Amino acid sequence: MSSILFIPLLPLIGFLINGLSFPKLSNPVAGIIGTIPPLAAFALSLQLFLQFDGNTQIVPLLDWISVGELSIPIAFQIDQLSLLMLLIITGVGTLIHVYSSAYMSHDEGFGKFFAFLNLFVFFMLLLVMGSGFVTLFIGWEGVGLCSYLLIGFWNKKNSYGDAARKAFIMNRIGDLGFLIGIFLLFQEFGTATYQEVFEAIKAGNGSNLGLIAFCLFIGAMGKSAQIPLFTWLPDAMAGPTPVSALIHAATMVTAGIYMVIRANVLFEMSPEVLHFVGWIGLATALLGAAIGLFQNDIKKVLAYSTVSQLGYMFMGLGASAYTASFFHVMTHAFFKALLFLGAGSVIHAMSDEQDIRKMGGLKSQLPITYITFLLGTIAIAGIPPFAGFFSKDEILAHLYHHDIVMWALAIVGSALTSFYMFRVFIVTFHGDFRGTQHQADHLHESPIAMTLPLIVLAVLSVIGGIINLPAFVGGNEFLAHWLNPILPEGSHEALEVHFASLEFLAPLAAAFIPAIFAIQLYGSKKAVPAADAEISGIQKIIYDKFYIDEAYNFLFVKPIQFLSQFFYSFIDFLIIDLLVESTGKFVKSSSNELRKLQSGNIGFYIFMMVAAIAIILAWTLKSWIF
Amino acid sequence: MYLLFILLFPLLLGSFLLIAKPAKAFGLALGGSIIELIISCILLCDANTGKLPTEFISNWIPEAGLKFALFVDGINGILILLTALLVPFIIGSTAGSEKANDAKYQGLILTMQAALMGAFLAKDAFLFYFFFEASLLPIYFIINLYGSENRTKISFKFFVYTLFGSLFLLIGLIYVYLRTPGNTPSADFETLYQTASVLSTKEQSLLFLAFFIAFAIKMPMFPFHTWQPDTYTVAPSQGTMLLSGIMLKMGTYGVIRMIVPMFPAGIANWGNWVIILSVIGVLYGSIIAIQQKDMKRLLAYSSFAHVGLMSAGMLTLSNEGIQGALYQMLSHGINIVGLFFIVEVIERRTQSRDLDQLGGITSASKVLSIGFIILSLGSVALPLTNGFVGEFLLLKSVFDYQLTIGIIAGITIILGAVYTLRMIQKSMFGNASKFSINFEDLTISEKLVIIPLCILVVLGGIFPTVVLNYSQPAVDLLSKWIK
Repeated sequence: MSSILFIPLLPLIGFLINGLSFPKLSNPVAGIIGTIPPLAAFALSLQLFLQFDGNTQIVPLLDWISVGELSIPIAFQIDQLSLLMLLIITGVGTLIHVYSSAYMSHDEGFGKFFAFLNLFVFFMLLLVMGSGFVTLFIGWEGVGLCSYLLIGFWNKKNSYGDAARKAFIMNRIGDLGFLIGIFLLFQEFGTATYQEVFEAIKAGNGSNLGLIAFCLFIGAMGKSAQIPLFTWLPDAMAGPTPVSALIHAATMVTAGIYMVIRANVLFEMSPEVLHFVGWIGLATALLGAAIGLFQNDIKKVLAYSTVSQLGYMFMGLGASAYTASFFHVMTHAFFKALLFLGAGSVIHAMSDEQDIRKMGGLKSQLPITYITFLLGTIAIAGIPPFAGFFSKDEILAHLYHHDIVMWALAIVGSALTSFYMFRVFIVTFHGDFRGTQHQADHLHESPIAMTLPLIVLAVLSVIGGIINLPAFVGGNEFLAHWLNPILPEGSHEALEVHFASLEFLAPLAAAFIPAIFAIQLYGSKKAVPAADAEISGIQKIIYDKFYIDEAYNFLFVKPIQFLSQFFYSFIDFLIIDLLVESTGKFVKSSSNELRKLQSGNIGFYIFMMVAAIAIILAWTLKSWIF
Repeated sequence: MYLLFILLFPLLLGSFLLIAKPAKAFGLALGGSIIELIISCILLCDANTGKLPTEFISNWIPEAGLKFALFVDGINGILILLTALLVPFIIGSTAGSEKANDAKYQGLILTMQAALMGAFLAKDAFLFYFFFEASLLPIYFIINLYGSENRTKISFKFFVYTLFGSLFLLIGLIYVYLRTPGNTPSADFETLYQTASVLSTKEQSLLFLAFFIAFAIKMPMFPFHTWQPDTYTVAPSQGTMLLSGIMLKMGTYGVIRMIVPMFPAGIANWGNWVIILSVIGVLYGSIIAIQQKDMKRLLAYSSFAHVGLMSAGMLTLSNEGIQGALYQMLSHGINIVGLFFIVEVIERRTQSRDLDQLGGITSASKVLSIGFIILSLGSVALPLTNGFVGEFLLLKSVFDYQLTIGIIAGITIILGAVYTLRMIQKSMFGNASKFSINFEDLTISEKLVIIPLCILVVLGGIFPTVVLNYSQPAVDLLSKWIK
């Protein structure tokens, strides 16, 4: 039990030490202090995982808020789902801490960076370990804060600060939905603790379940960057690359998927919401992949790819394929973290250049980065037998039986993915070097602290599929069996796919053909993506991200700014205050008039006195008479 | 006697400073305010456990049945804590400025504290009214003597505005007071509750308005707020802290202490409208704050938005709403005093509060950056900060009251993030401007103000039960009156 508390506590301590002592500690010391907590937390999580006996364990921590009948505890829940999340977060987290110790070594904010990373790990652990929706919400907003701090880490540059704010605010829009969902849960069940809520639902209690599920999903749309709340994620690439890998690819952005899987009992009761989830996922997957086609910033491509892959996960959830989606969360954590870290290694070598048009031919100078990036690319493209193939195929297999139209569109998305990933890969690593002489002189493979995480993640990206290898190809479907107790019956079964069927061949074609096409176009013909000015037509619209940011700006930002001015200058100053002031002026001017009566002229006073007496007398007489 | 002490001690010390004008005014005032805090804490703890009496009653105007009666319960205990807690920080915030050893200034702050304490301690409605009005004098002089340009006009406007509101309160009070049973009428709160709550609906509705307008102006609530941004901006920092940190809570306290138990029928009649008006104020204030350039004015509108949510929550009459409002009064006081102090710190060094003229400060001072961020997070109600607890309870109460109003009020968590993060970015991040280029790190005394406040923000977010459990019995008692 005590070891459970240590898992989130260690990163918190790491945060406090590095945060309070920055900038006094030297970089190596700060790096070690920052890296030990996630590593130790990983060891503890692994121990918990290996010793887990199948029974959900609740560790009460704090009676947090209690008012009248309302009581909100903070407690941890250790079960099949949280254990796997713990392993992903601390495992990938540790690798990224190691990587950062080299990547950030020249940064003056080194200690601060590790403090923020540790704080992030703390909140992320809180998010997955919480035993109820409120604890989930604490972690949820906490990781949002860390995301804000880390996106805007280089805060001298205003555009980075803008990206950070955008991320926080868009997430807050989602969080409002989440919060309303929590309020509704309290109204329906008087509690927001998972076990109590889900048992009540299973017992057939509670109405409004669809609305609750919908509100919670709004939160997921924000955190996991789904339409319409996705535009913050590409901008979030302003943060240092390890941040993109950890927060904006492997862990935080999958919190929305975690939430839906966690609340599967609730979502299963609301088929129309699940339907909605699926279609939002599909639309996001296609949009993200389409925009990714023509981006030239290596991190932007990966960002849109993440948006798109998250869409796949939600598509899976929409088809109630919880295991498949979680499988994809895991493999995506491996290969997308790998790709981001690989991109970081490239950017590091290229003296902070991110435009793939100015790279090319890096494979000889960065052999390890090259090989590992290639493995990541193959994995995400869905080429067997790499990890991404199995997890994505499992989602596709469920979609095939769920909704054939969705399946077909998902295959299209798959094809786009394969194309844009191979495009980035080839343009970056093959062909001729297109950078400056200065960059060419400084090209170098990254140090071992950076390449080691790449290698580990590459291995996982290659073999990660065995976690849930379907039985018909000789696997034991470990993940499906493991998650079985917390999922609705039937949803965990991996579907059998026949080798010679359309269902099997179409995804393969979607993986291979665009890859070959991209290799042809950018490799053999050595085409280089066009300069910004030469892009035109539909391609320009896609390149400019369908002008969605501009539309939001026009629809929301500008009107609010206008309202702000209008309220301030017009209503506050001209209407309300003028009313107040004129009341004051009226009083003042009337008192000015009245003051004239006090002229000091005794004759006038006596006259007034007599007149007043006369009036009073007349008044009294009137009542006598009548 | 503890009750009497915490009222008289700041009054006597303040008067001494005003009259004798000793040279070491800062030390005296700070020491005194810390003693006041310690005694208040002892009182609150021991009165709660029954070791100390919870009342002090003596005759005031026996012919009229008015008593000089002080008391402490779970509700005003929070406000007493707030007042005792914040004044040392407010006095401490003068350290290093020319006001530190200005005996008159410190004396005014302490007499202000006494008046505020009096209003919160009073058990007799006229005594409350007396202190409610008396508090106007020191703050008027603080603004009028130490404010920036335009102070005469603005302090006068503030004075007249609030006085105007209180007149209705006085008339309403007299009306209820005259209706109390017995040979001599009484203005004891309990008696007033019993008397007022059985008045006819028509009477209660009118009385509700009379009472409410006074408190609405004090808070302030939309659309009675136009005195506030100017006053907050013109007042010296400590004046702004007193106004926003403590004084506006007289308004919200008045609603909980008097309106809620006295006029159930009045609330049934008007409560819905007031809640709607409050929520309008929440959005209106937040939206205006988004474009403000003057940090003080921005915070003034943000404070206005926060108070709107409190008044909406209270008038739902639910346990969560009232507890949330009480907790938010405490949190808001801590956060807003901290934030105004940060503005003061920045202004001392740059002579500017204009967001367009600032930037890049974060690299100059670590404590200032962290402090600013923590206090802001409290203000935007991030979980595990004090602001979240109050805002969560308040939003939940409004949401339970009426779904649509609750959702609309909830937009505040988005808008709050918009204006707060903009303020942080434009002042702290980016490149330094010519105003902020040679920004010096904080002095020890400045750190001693910011750091404890930040610790309170976090502690208040993790252990709110300490305070919530303290006020719960009194709120339960109040709920009985409501029923």
